[in-house]
Amino acid sequence: MTPRGVGALLVAAAIGAALSAPFVAPHAADGRDRSLLNAPPTVPRIVADDGSWHAPFIYRWRLVSQLEQRYEEDRSARVPLAWLSEGHLVRSRDDAAAPLLLLGADSFGRDVFSRLLFGARISLGLAAVAALGATLAGAFVGGLAGYRGGPIDDLLMRATDFVMVLPAMYVALALRAVLPLVLTPPEVFALLAAIFAALGAPFIARGVRAIVRSERRLDYAAAAEALGAGGWRLLGRHLLPATRGFIAVQITVLVPAFIVAEATLSYVGLGFPEPVASWGTMLHDAATNIRVFADFPWLLSPAAAMFLVVLGLNLVLQDAPRAGLEYNGPA
Amino acid sequence: MTRYLARRLAFAVVLVAAVSSASFLLARLAPGDFVTESLGTQASRETIARERARYGLDRSIAAHYRDWAAAALRLDFGTSMLYGRPVRDLIPERAANTALLALAALVFATAVGLPLGVLTGTRRGGPVPAAIRGASIVLLSMPPLLTSLLLVFIAARTGWLPIAGMRSSTAGSSSAMVDLLQHLVVPALAMGLPLAAALERLQAQSMSEVVGAPFVLAALARGVPRRRVLWRGALKAALRPVAAIYGLMIGTLLSGSFAVEVITAWPGLGSLMLQALRARDIYLVAGCAGAGALFLAIGTMTSDLALAIVDPRASETSRQAEAAA
Repeated sequence: MTPRGVGALLVAAAIGAALSAPFVAPHAADGRDRSLLNAPPTVPRIVADDGSWHAPFIYRWRLVSQLEQRYEEDRSARVPLAWLSEGHLVRSRDDAAAPLLLLGADSFGRDVFSRLLFGARISLGLAAVAALGATLAGAFVGGLAGYRGGPIDDLLMRATDFVMVLPAMYVALALRAVLPLVLTPPEVFALLAAIFAALGAPFIARGVRAIVRSERRLDYAAAAEALGAGGWRLLGRHLLPATRGFIAVQITVLVPAFIVAEATLSYVGLGFPEPVASWGTMLHDAATNIRVFADFPWLLSPAAAMFLVVLGLNLVLQDAPRAGLEYNGPA
Repeated sequence: MTRYLARRLAFAVVLVAAVSSASFLLARLAPGDFVTESLGTQASRETIARERARYGLDRSIAAHYRDWAAAALRLDFGTSMLYGRPVRDLIPERAANTALLALAALVFATAVGLPLGVLTGTRRGGPVPAAIRGASIVLLSMPPLLTSLLLVFIAARTGWLPIAGMRSSTAGSSSAMVDLLQHLVVPALAMGLPLAAALERLQAQSMSEVVGAPFVLAALARGVPRRRVLWRGALKAALRPVAAIYGLMIGTLLSGSFAVEVITAWPGLGSLMLQALRARDIYLVAGCAGAGALFLAIGTMTSDLALAIVDPRASETSRQAEAAA
């Protein structure tokens, strides 16, 4: 399998997990179990203690030390897994007493694996919406600048230069922080998507402008113009489609950046509010005390998920057609 | 050259002024101010009004900005409401910490990334270049947020290195330097590793292009030893596009330092800016933003200058572009 194939598989798996979260996740994103705070993962087994083989089952966690939140497996009884029951792919047969915790539980006793899947919807969804917004805005600005030229071009390109030179993380932080700190989750989603789109648009605008400028001089553009195509039609129907390759590459660059930006903002408490599950808020929950990571490493699983998605996108980009990237100098 | 320099300098001044002004105004326009954030909802109306007057928050935005800007021109950036100290005293020590961190990361990335890039760029096959390339792709997928979480996790798990802060309270004065270096390892690596990977990839690409150039073949044909050709002639030519990246990296470094500083509790500009923003301490916000912009301006200017010296075409083309425009 080529690296690119592996990358595509990783990305597809993440998108699939996000879409099928209500079915694949054994629990709801905010279901709490007070008796299982920071409980370790329940590993599905097929061999019991006495060496006999069974259909996949788990052992129940028994609290050994309340203070250290240490748990021990209760090996006296096997809890078999129930497949395709109650609308879930798999969960424990005795969900109330011995829930299936594939990636353990967090400090509220919530199932990390389920939250990871529901969190993927927010984290990936936000990145996708923001990338779409950046593409639309960037294509509009770049197309206008490249097509019109002159002072409009100058002005727009100076503006994109200015935004690109700023450290994006700080601009996002400042823009988010000066708006009301307490917002509902949909408001936060829209706000972050708008901020990220505004910060990503200049990167798309520059490339689109360069491509539009050089394509405009080609014969087919002249032919379309001679046949009576107006400015908008020429731009929308003929010139912008030439930027497809470039935009596809840029989106694979922007999406990981947006995923990480959401996680960073949520980590410092300026992202989604409790109890919304996103990969950033999950890290935030765990980060109240940094030592927590050492004792409960499964709380880092959102970081691992983020890494796999970014790696997947990077691998897809590895041998992507470079054609679009050639257009970086002013034509 | 002088004109080029003057233009860059003018851009730097505009950048610092625009960024600090914009952040001052944004923070001032933000809902809530320092008084409401710090006193909470319990305070009486009179207390709030009195405190507002004390901090000068009762003026109109225009008047407030005018006073602040006039004072800032005389290098008086106001007094932080959060710390009760002048912003001018508060910023330099934090900025120095961020600069130390960024510099350490940059040195590490250069020392590791460039030589490895030369290695992978000049050798096609073999397990070593393949391993380096693989490691680079993995590290490129780990932004500083993830590397710092991972390194903090490893450090906490093994106990090899301190995981947070800049100094331990127990260290004696003689070992202060060692103590600082120990604290520096985790944040500097967290920032440096992805950067090293990026430099390795760039250098490898640039090197593999240069190796195919006719002058390399000519030198080899004349019997110049391969090692000499690669590390002297080819490396010099291949460094040019890489050098151009350094200016752009300042912004990346600053962005990356934010996550690293917050996670490893490094007392730098990033964590200060976060505190200031949350407390609505507008003078401190403007000061932090201005300091960041100054870093950015100095960084881009240094790299532009270096590039202009290494490659005269850089300033030449910008002049031509100017003439054409």
